[in-house]
Amino acid sequence: MSRSLKKGPYIDPKLLERIQVMNSRGEKRVVKTWARASTISPEFVGHTLAVHNGNKFIPVYISENMVGHKLGEFAPTRLFRGHGGKLSEKRIKTATA
Amino acid sequence: MARIAGVDLPRTKRIEVALTYIYGIGDSTSQKILQQTGVSPDRRVHELSDDEVNRLRRVIENQYKVEGALRTEVSMNVKRLMDIGCYRGLRHRRGLPVRGQRTHTNARTHKGSRRAIAGKKKAPKK
Repeated sequence: MSRSLKKGPYIDPKLLERIQVMNSRGEKRVVKTWARASTISPEFVGHTLAVHNGNKFIPVYISENMVGHKLGEFAPTRLFRGHGGKLSEKRIKTATA
Repeated sequence: MARIAGVDLPRTKRIEVALTYIYGIGDSTSQKILQQTGVSPDRRVHELSDDEVNRLRRVIENQYKVEGALRTEVSMNVKRLMDIGCYRGLRHRRGLPVRGQRTHTNARTHKGSRRAIAGKKKAPKK
């Protein structure tokens, strides 16, 4: 079920504040964040955020197309290593490429 | 004869059903179009006058996105998801279900028919 429109999109307040400060100073730094559930707001565009996937931080460069999606969508939490022998090795290569 | 949006409509079917042969028009859209143009849904396609066909054609072409244009839109939407590298895009790339369905079993619609796995034995018959 989608979120009530009345509330507006969920954007992690701390993250948004940090981005706004960075925007006002015109600086760009990689910000580590655990806020996977946070919606990407237009202010984020052009920044690189390191989104936690439960194991490590995945650098995500925010482009205009990504606005409205959640940060977690860009940092997969599962790694499928494939079933079986040689075939699956190939599959891993194509998945990471 | 009755050619709308590049699709030949089946001549012997009721127009209500025949319109759904167009990609992008289902039962409810078909009914809406017929109501709007004042064509009876019970008429067969070959019974329609040229004027009625033209009315239908005009409504469909002006107000609905069908066939090629609609297919392009859908594939562009999928392509966008794949390009931004989000989870849904990854699922599309791998040909797996996108909306969180189980893949342990089933999911054959999106995955296609089963592929043989080397070295896997079939269950012995009793």
